Amino acid sequence: MSGFGQPQGSFSEATRVQLYLPIADIPVNVFLILAMGAAVGFVSGMFGIGGGFLMTPLLIFIGIAPAVAVASVASHIAASSFSGAIAYWRRRAIDPALALVLLSGGTIGTAVGVWTFTLLRSLGQLDLMIALSYVVLLSTVGGLMFWEGLRSIMRVRRGVAIPLRRSGSHGWIHGLPLKMRFKRSKIYLSVIPVVTVGMLIGFIGAVMGIGGGFILIPIMIYLLRVPTSTVIGTSMVLTLVTMTFATLLHAVTNHLVDAVLALILMVGGVTGAQFGARAGQRIRGEHLRLLLGLLILAVGIRFAIELVIRPDDLFTIRETGGTG
Amino acid sequence: MMGRRFPAAIGLLLVSGMVFVVSPARAERLIVSVSNHRVTVTPNYSGEELVLFGSVERDATTPANRNSYDLVVTVIGPRADMVTRRKERKFGIWINADYREFLQVPTYLALFSNRPFDAIASPDVERRQQLGLNNVLLTQRVGTDYGDVVPNDAFRRAFVRLRAEHGLYREETSAVTFLTPTLFRTGIPLPAEVPIGTYEVEIKLFSDGALIARTDTAFDIVKVGFEQFVATAARQDGLVYGMVTAFMALMTGWMASIVFRKD
Repeated sequence: MSGFGQPQGSFSEATRVQLYLPIADIPVNVFLILAMGAAVGFVSGMFGIGGGFLMTPLLIFIGIAPAVAVASVASHIAASSFSGAIAYWRRRAIDPALALVLLSGGTIGTAVGVWTFTLLRSLGQLDLMIALSYVVLLSTVGGLMFWEGLRSIMRVRRGVAIPLRRSGSHGWIHGLPLKMRFKRSKIYLSVIPVVTVGMLIGFIGAVMGIGGGFILIPIMIYLLRVPTSTVIGTSMVLTLVTMTFATLLHAVTNHLVDAVLALILMVGGVTGAQFGARAGQRIRGEHLRLLLGLLILAVGIRFAIELVIRPDDLFTIRETGGTG
Repeated sequence: MMGRRFPAAIGLLLVSGMVFVVSPARAERLIVSVSNHRVTVTPNYSGEELVLFGSVERDATTPANRNSYDLVVTVIGPRADMVTRRKERKFGIWINADYREFLQVPTYLALFSNRPFDAIASPDVERRQQLGLNNVLLTQRVGTDYGDVVPNDAFRRAFVRLRAEHGLYREETSAVTFLTPTLFRTGIPLPAEVPIGTYEVEIKLFSDGALIARTDTAFDIVKVGFEQFVATAARQDGLVYGMVTAFMALMTGWMASIVFRKD
């Protein structure tokens, strides 16, 4: 009725960048979403992380419902981790056995995560839990990274050599039963902590809309002693599978995955990541960690402020079904 | 055989008698029509207005001195269950605390009249005929009970206000215009966010504070276009939708790895 009624020509075409997101139920500017995808992709390429912890908050800040943001970003991360995993596979930098054991926990964690997500949503506390989780997780991780980056910069300034942390001492984790040999990583490790870590990452990822790489990689390096040669590739395989599974489960249970939004994010994200990776190689490691720490911290603080200030409207409405 | 036919004949007589009793000679009859019985909403739809036309048909039994009519049009969209939640400050942060469930309430609700409801009828009639947003029945679940609450209940007020902010609940007491003493029209604004489904339109005619005639009509709102296709697919075939989305994600990732391959 109205679509063809405006013969203004190219000018009105140029201004029609508004796209209606079918599931998020709001009109958005295509270029804004594309730019956000590219910016997050740039950052994720630069630091070698998935970027979900930035993407989900950004979407929430522009007005997309947290539940839709979490569910849609899952598919965005699946795309970016798949292109990453392919690259690492070619370089034989993935440990298939380790990835499989991680995944057995990861899929269970994801299923429990989506179930928890659905439960919280029906209780009306989902948005709060997403915001709280972001505050806790991001300020902790961001703070630690920032502090660590600052300390190593100081050390480099003072000319002190950084001691390599990889000592031969075996912690309690290495005393656990059910040991298994992971050939490509050249480690001999109990499957219990590996499955637990997989479950934890799967759970956090499904509830918060993050791949979890920025938590998983430090755990794998410092706790499980996985060598750096296989750690990123293997963590990407876990992220890929948990996020694909999460996309599927979110679509089946909550019907909240916005495919249109996800597609724009993916296209922006995978492109941005390429340029980010190049930029990342020119910056020194400790500066990179300092920057990333600051960024994570800033997002966490933004969430905290949102929770503390009085909202404009104390009331909200949500349809619970039964549409006639 | 004869014995069987008689009761049937009596039954028929009774039925026709009942019909006669149920429809007494009414003095006025309403004839209405909406400008479009099937509204198609495209992705770049930015709201439009339906027009409802009608006339009051008088007959021989109409009192000769009855000249002024009042008209109330109620448009009721598809019904759904909704929850209204209120945030409270706890432990220094704002969280959803108390809530009310509204059961099978209209997703769209509009009331139009030619003059204020309190001028049309007495408060008692207003309440019984559900004239005005304050008098429309919005069933809430109160514990194990069901019922509407007083109009100034905080949750009911917030619910109506939030719906009104999106143009989904409205009340206009000057929207109905009488073109002649018996010919009337009113616009039904439909904002961009209108829910799809069947909309019932109730037209009630009042004179001297009493309901003298009523009629109903309806129209459908259908959404078309790619966005609606996606939304419907997501809701109805979650599994297929999820698999297609996941596959799309993997294809995008795979294509990116080919396009940007470095070696």
